[in-house]
Amino acid sequence: MVENVKELLKLHEGLKREVYLDNENSSATPKEVVDAMLPYFSQKSYGNPTLTHKPGWEAFETIMECSQQVAKYVGAKILEEINFTPGETEANNLALMGAAFANKIRGKKVVISEIEPINVLNVTEMMQKYGYVTTKVPVDSEGFINLEKLKEAVDKETVLVSISSVNNEVGTVQPLKEAVDIVKANNPYCIFHTDASDAYGRIPFNVTDLKVDMATVSSYKILGPRGAGALFVKEGLAVDKILEGQIGTQKLWPGVENTPLIVGFAKASELVFQDFDANVSRMRILRDKLYEGIFSEISDLKFNGPRGFDRSPDNLNISFMRCEGEALTIELSLKGVYVSSGSACSRRLLQPSHVLVAIGRRFSEAHGSILMKTLRTHIEEDITYVLEVLPSAVNRIRGIVGSTGVD
Amino acid sequence: MSRSPLPYNPKVLELFRNPKNLGKMEDATVVAVAGNPACGDMITFYLKIDEKDIVQKASFESYGCAANIATSSIVTEMIKGLPLEQIWKEITWKRVTDEIGGLPSVKFHCGILAVGALKRAIRKYFENKGASPDWIPKESTFEEKQAIEEEELAKTLSKRMKVEAEK
Repeated sequence: MVENVKELLKLHEGLKREVYLDNENSSATPKEVVDAMLPYFSQKSYGNPTLTHKPGWEAFETIMECSQQVAKYVGAKILEEINFTPGETEANNLALMGAAFANKIRGKKVVISEIEPINVLNVTEMMQKYGYVTTKVPVDSEGFINLEKLKEAVDKETVLVSISSVNNEVGTVQPLKEAVDIVKANNPYCIFHTDASDAYGRIPFNVTDLKVDMATVSSYKILGPRGAGALFVKEGLAVDKILEGQIGTQKLWPGVENTPLIVGFAKASELVFQDFDANVSRMRILRDKLYEGIFSEISDLKFNGPRGFDRSPDNLNISFMRCEGEALTIELSLKGVYVSSGSACSRRLLQPSHVLVAIGRRFSEAHGSILMKTLRTHIEEDITYVLEVLPSAVNRIRGIVGSTGVD
Repeated sequence: MSRSPLPYNPKVLELFRNPKNLGKMEDATVVAVAGNPACGDMITFYLKIDEKDIVQKASFESYGCAANIATSSIVTEMIKGLPLEQIWKEITWKRVTDEIGGLPSVKFHCGILAVGALKRAIRKYFENKGASPDWIPKESTFEEKQAIEEEELAKTLSKRMKVEAEK
């Protein structure tokens, strides 16, 4: 199988340009972030931050400074509210299980939206084994949560609500403040968690203003390294750790702190936030150029998610009708354009993206969906190149479909 | 829900990039479809069959992933010039999969669907002719059943979606 992949990669030789638009699933780490991380592997802070020697104290100082930075960017009051984890998946697992288990005396009902990330869906499903019951609140055709249904769903036995600030697939910016107010009005003890991985660095986001109890942020989604993330936990909130082991500076996550990755996460945060407005407007301008180019060059499309400022500035999700998504991702890859699809084709159960299904897309629409996210590091020529290769790629795949894919 | 790595082999990629026998055939003797757009997996075969029941030419259209396109294309290559009886007996999904150098296990169903569509075409051809050769069983074969199952599953899921939407 590895041999196959070597051959596949050989087919990509000689690409004149490569444009990575799959920031949803991983990202390249820019040089300035890597440079910031490098000394921490072998020159300083390589000790265990709980131990009594110079490299240990250096590591302690470094991690505290990184916590301070991330705390500032998410709007936390004190650095102890920031808990580094190995990523978004781990932070969400910790938030849901950790808070629900520690506060089970308050009830065993959990409320989420229909379009939460897979890790949230999977954790709540797993928690059924421990007697937790989950209600999924529906969303409308643009992915906005139904606040009336949220109000109905939360009662005195609801221990936890988890709603993403920005949907990762269709970019919907949720009315989070209203959602928090509704939840707290029904049950002041109910814990509110938000996965803010797609909000952090894209829209103004502040845990104190929003009055959320927990928030997840992810490193690679802001061009930090993979393997780092954080969970904000409001001071005083009881959360159980979900893994056992040696506890160090991170009270909720055992094991030796990964100082270089945490440094990279903090550096990437700094790079986004030191020039927040310019970075966001850059993503938006490039995203809009991509959107306009695609809609003027290609017919038979469906736009997925909301428009305007209720959409994340980087997110573009389009269904190319009569064009199967996985085939299109491969065709584009051979031309150096890297995207992902909500098609069912890589899944055994023939079920396409649950987010697209939840906003009412037909299966045939979801199968042709392509998700693209612009980055602050993209340049205009990247988008021009995508617009150069995309129409012919879509045409070729549609040519294979012929009259077969018509619903 | 999970994802699997898809290390397609070079033959699948070659047939994906340069599919053989692609496109609608205007003078086809028989046309058969398997799967549907809701599955994200759909194949149409066009066969030109002579009076001796030999496939003179075959072509396909495919709404599906790279594996679906490659398996459909290889089937049209494999059956060209062969009598239908031999095709029915010898072209199994395993042979098709071997012929393209293997598929990741999550993609086996693509090969099965392609053979299901092929068997449907052969059955239909004889039905149209009003003949029933003894080598075609009355019961659906494994591949035909699989095609029906995929179609039913897609229908069920779509129906469930509609019910959910109306709630």
